[in-house]
Amino acid sequence: MLVLPAVAWMIVFNYVPMLGLVISFKEYDLFLGPIKGFTQSPWVGLKQFQEAFTDRYFLHALWNTILYSLLKLLFGFPAPIIFAILLNEVQKLRFKKFVQTVSYLPHFISWVFVSGFLYVVLATDDGIVNRILLQLGIVQKPLLFLASEKYVPSLVVVSHVWKSFGWESIIYIAAITGIDPTLYEAAAVDGANRWTRIWHITLPCIKSTIVVLLIFTVAGLISANFEFFEQMYLLRNSIIQDATEIIDTYTYRMGIQLTRYSYAAAVGMFRSVAAVILLAIANSASRRLTGQSLY
Amino acid sequence: MRRGRISVGQALFVTLNTFFLSLVMVACFYPFLYIIVSSFNDPTDLLRGPVYFWPRMFSVLNFQYVLKDPEIVRAIWITVARTVIGTVVGAFFTAAFAYGISKKRLWGRNVIVGMTLVTIYFSGGLIPTYLLIAQGLHLYGNFLVFIIPNMFNAFFAFIMMSFFREISPEIEESAHLDGATEIRIFVQLILPLSTAVLATIALFFGVWHWNSWFDAMLYGGRKLMTLQQYLVKAIQSVNVSVMSANYRSQSVSSQSLRLATMVLTTFPIVVIYPFLQRYFVKGVMIGSLKG
Repeated sequence: MLVLPAVAWMIVFNYVPMLGLVISFKEYDLFLGPIKGFTQSPWVGLKQFQEAFTDRYFLHALWNTILYSLLKLLFGFPAPIIFAILLNEVQKLRFKKFVQTVSYLPHFISWVFVSGFLYVVLATDDGIVNRILLQLGIVQKPLLFLASEKYVPSLVVVSHVWKSFGWESIIYIAAITGIDPTLYEAAAVDGANRWTRIWHITLPCIKSTIVVLLIFTVAGLISANFEFFEQMYLLRNSIIQDATEIIDTYTYRMGIQLTRYSYAAAVGMFRSVAAVILLAIANSASRRLTGQSLY
Repeated sequence: MRRGRISVGQALFVTLNTFFLSLVMVACFYPFLYIIVSSFNDPTDLLRGPVYFWPRMFSVLNFQYVLKDPEIVRAIWITVARTVIGTVVGAFFTAAFAYGISKKRLWGRNVIVGMTLVTIYFSGGLIPTYLLIAQGLHLYGNFLVFIIPNMFNAFFAFIMMSFFREISPEIEESAHLDGATEIRIFVQLILPLSTAVLATIALFFGVWHWNSWFDAMLYGGRKLMTLQQYLVKAIQSVNVSVMSANYRSQSVSSQSLRLATMVLTTFPIVVIYPFLQRYFVKGVMIGSLKG
């Protein structure tokens, strides 16, 4: 009795859209309306997919998606681990608690605020960052942070790490807290210094946590998520349009703005299927390496 | 934990580590401080140069100016309404489902759980969902579009399920013997016992609703503008007026208005955050133990 409403909800809001993916193989006719559009539009086979893979802009968006995802993984994955380990070395409990609490504040802030902040501080003529750089004589003229494609990857990675490292460190901090303290005591008796203790006790003890989270992060890399969309779409302006285009923003532009529903649905479906394949690979890797898996 | 001699290297490590972590902390916190002190500074004065830690000329002019706009007042009401209603509806709807699947005897439980797991990892994507909500269900521009498509979250359901499993079954059995229905047991017995997990999930829902911008942009239309959308508008309008260059003559610059809007949009979260963060942490811990 309690379960049925939610099951009905899932059928409507999750499974009906999955069925709706059939329009990827059709040419959605806008004039047929929402229901007939799905059932009576003509079949076109793989035409939409062929079109996508010959479209320069789609390939560019795909490349950007892969590039930014890998960069986020490269910098965003180790950051919480390093933070958790360093935090664990702090003796003063109140300082530790305080740093930790402040570190996950960014997680609760909207991407709208983050992009607004970037536009305020990185502005070319009156942004605080350019002012400081000019005053210190590091640059001769203001840097075009938001009007030059070369800064986009750094902005994406830095804002991602800023927003996520504290929150993601919670699991590592918990794992480190669970380590048997007698291990450290024994090491101290043997005269091990901090680096040796971190390297030979802390890291090996949280290794399984790291492996599991790495696998899930990889699995989630290219799954569609609206956070990535918001991050990129809000960073965007007419000058750095190409560099901020990812599959999600491309789908939005093609589908919602240009109403090419079938084409955009095909692009979205390509991404969903790729994500599921990556998940399956990561999952079987996980089972082989750590014995833990999702299914 | 620290034993043995304290060498120079040790002392250096402690100092560097404290210094580094302090920097990290400042990096997390300073953006908010910077925006807040700038927004409380007199707008004309702000054009002379940035303020870093304290307003040079304290003024609430920016806020008075922003709040004069009926559009933002409307946006505040809509955002508060969707956050409150969306949170209550979402938490209860998801909790009811989670309670149901926490019972092993539920008919077809494995199928339902499997069906729920699938939705976490695979979705129809933006376009079919958009067509369904906006055109199929005619929810475009309807306030319910903020509530109904967001009233269930599979991930939160699993967090709650693992919590409900901990509740001792004897309590329910005795209620069953007294002839109470499942719904009554859930509302009168289980929910009061589960305030911790309910609070956690409600907070996740609440923050999500407050910060959510994408769905408002997709389905809201102009009539249902939320605070985040208003902020996006404020941010983008500045980029235009900077080019027109005559905004400096106005008493309130669009830059200052943007700062004040950013503070208004974010301040509820920053203010309640210190009191609520322990619940968030609890929530992510329950979730990770399961995952």
